[in-house]
Order: sequence, then structure tokens, then C-alpha cells
Amino acid sequence: MEVLTPRTLDEALGIMADAPGAVPIQGGTDVMVELNFDRARPEALLNLNEVAELRGWSRENGGVRLGAALTYTEAMAAPLAALLPALAEAARTVGSPQIRNRGTIGGNLGTASPAGDALPPLLVEGAEVEVASVRGARRLPLAEFLLGVKRNALEPDELVVAVHVAPSGRPQTFMKVGPRNAMVIALVSLAILADRERGEIRAAIGSAAPVATLVTAPLAAAAGFPELVAATASPIDDVRGTAEYRRHALRVLAARGLERCLAA
Amino acid sequence: MKISLTVNGERRDADVWEGESLLYVLRERLGLPGSKNACEQGECGSCSVFLDGVLVCACLVLGAQADGHDVVTVEGLADGDELHAIQEAFVAAGAVQCGFCTPGLVVAAADLLRRSPQPSEDELREALSGNLCRCTGYQKIFDAVRSAAG
Repeated sequence: MEVLTPRTLDEALGIMADAPGAVPIQGGTDVMVELNFDRARPEALLNLNEVAELRGWSRENGGVRLGAALTYTEAMAAPLAALLPALAEAARTVGSPQIRNRGTIGGNLGTASPAGDALPPLLVEGAEVEVASVRGARRLPLAEFLLGVKRNALEPDELVVAVHVAPSGRPQTFMKVGPRNAMVIALVSLAILADRERGEIRAAIGSAAPVATLVTAPLAAAAGFPELVAATASPIDDVRGTAEYRRHALRVLAARGLERCLAA
Repeated sequence: MKISLTVNGERRDADVWEGESLLYVLRERLGLPGSKNACEQGECGSCSVFLDGVLVCACLVLGAQADGHDVVTVEGLADGDELHAIQEAFVAAGAVQCGFCTPGLVVAAADLLRRSPQPSEDELREALSGNLCRCTGYQKIFDAVRSAAG
């Protein structure tokens, strides 16, 4: 095994072009578990910790650009938390302070787990993912980036560079069901947003389909929305819960979330 | 591969395997067994250390990622023979049962008090939510942090 530590994004993309099997590691909260338990022995690890271009967030053209290395702790902090409140709520539910200090939005996208907490809030805000390689950069809607359970649209030589969002400013919330408040992988999660201007409700479900999935309906159809959310899900029975329970929980979360967003 | 880092204020060099964690580097390469090895997946908090001043689980940091960086472990909290206030508080409150979780909790509590010298009850519980005590001695641990904050 070798560890490659680029200092710039260009250098990182060059490494990915030469060694497309290299596994990117940023916060390590997913990759290190695989290494510690002998589940993965990649030929090369690409340590992205020294690439400053991936860090932090900035305002751009009325929107925000979230660097792939943005941590959950940073996503919880003002003023970003006020711009993307559902993302901040989701970030607060991730792991523990130790995990939130290391885990990143880019890592959530790279891992592409159906339970990734950052994914539903970004979906309801219409986020776009910026990926890059030596061949150039491209942007694609988050919904097109997520392909399946732990599968995304990255080519072997590409890296997630940033997420672009135009904060809607609409009432929104994120809710997650699990056995305790901390250290929980979502049994189900839901981000929901009420957009009065467009007369639309947007929700995204987590841990209840192979990928985090967007569900939209006209505001006039609010009464039937919880049922629509439950029907859109394709949950499975697993160690954390049954499919039936997941559908039930989604119905409850959708009703509760709508109530909160419409009252705001 | 060779790495060089600052640990508890001292420059340390280590020859490490590329895939090993910072926790392994600290315990097995540098002779600092204070940070405990339990879950190895960030669930238990017993390996909590500061990396460039940020609270992290050392088991989830690749040793190579600490190259050129600053690490403070539980061994580095005391000032010579003078214990850190949170260490004194753990002793005074009897916040130690088997002791395995203690180093991680002490480091996490030190991080909390640095960020928020007078934490609310919610802040306290949130700050220590990533540290498990399987003796379930949480009440005395919370008492210790409250007294160090008071």
C-alpha cells in the first residue's frame, strides 16, 4: 500500500489519472473502518487533507459553494446553518462531535450510502455536484450523481470537488429515526421543504430506497403527501428495522415535517 | 513510510505501515498507551485526541495524515505534575470505574470546556455523546464535568 499526499487539486487529479484505483481519504470516517477491519487493502490511498481548495465554503452568484472537505461541524455553524437549515439539522445528527469534526460532505457523496445524512437536505435544495479530473470539470444534479447503494457517477479518475446550492430560503427541516440521538445510522430520514412561491412541496427520503430519493407534489396536494412519500420509498427489512416500520415512520415524519414547514 | 509529527509538544518521528491509524502510531510506535483501542470504528470515543486542536477519534485518522501535524493526547493534558482541571475533577468526583473510557472522556470533556466554559446540560450530554462508558458511570462523569465548569 502507498499513501499519496497531494498539496493541490491539480496534483490530486494528476494522481487519480495515473492511479485510478487510488482510494480518496479525507475525514477517514468511512475509509478507516474498512482498513481497520481488514475489509479493504487498496493499492494506494489518496490523502486529501492537504488540498486547501477542497476546504470550507464560499458564496458564489447568489448561491453557495460547499467544498468537498466541508465538515459536518462547519455545516452546523453560522452563517452557513442559516442559509441551509435542513443541512445543518442533518449535520447535527451525524455521529458525535469527534465524527462531525472529521466527516465531510464530499465523503458522504463519495460513499453514496442510502443513509448518508447530508444527501436528503441537499436534494430538496436542488444541489449540483462538481466533479473533476485531468480531463476537465463537470457538474451534475445530485439526483443524477447517486446511482445505487454505495454507487455514484464518478469515473475512476474523478474526484468530488464541491457541491453547489442556491439556498431557497424556504421553510425546511430534517428528521431522522434511530435508537438514540447520537451515533445513529438513520433507520429512515426525511428532509422536507415547503415552497409557497412555486406552490410545491419537496421531500427527500434517506435509508428507505437504494439511493436518497426526491419526492415532489403541488402544495395543494399536501394532505396526501405523507402517503405519497411512503409509497415512493422502497425500503428493505434489515438489522436496523423492517420495511413496514420504515414506511410507517416516513408517513409520520412527512406529516410532522409538513406541519412544521407550513407553520413557519 | 516515515512520518514526523508533534505529539504533546515534542517532535516525534515514526516508521509506520501506510494503512495504520494514528491510534496505532501513538500506542504501538510512540509508546503512548493513554488513548485506548476499543471499537476501531469511531463509535466509542476511547481514542479521542486533539489533531491540530480539533477533537477526533485517533482510530479514524490515517497515521500518514498526521505527518507534519500537531497531536495532543491525554498524556499531554497535565502540566508537569499539575493535573488538568478536568482530570482533578474526575478524581474528586470518583468518575472512574474500570477506567478504560476515562482517557477519551477526559479529552472530550477538556474540548467541551475549552469551547464552552459554562456548558448547559444539553451541551454537556451532546459533547460526551460519542464516548461510551460500559460501566455506565455517566452520572459521576457528568458531575465531574459540571464541577470543573463551576
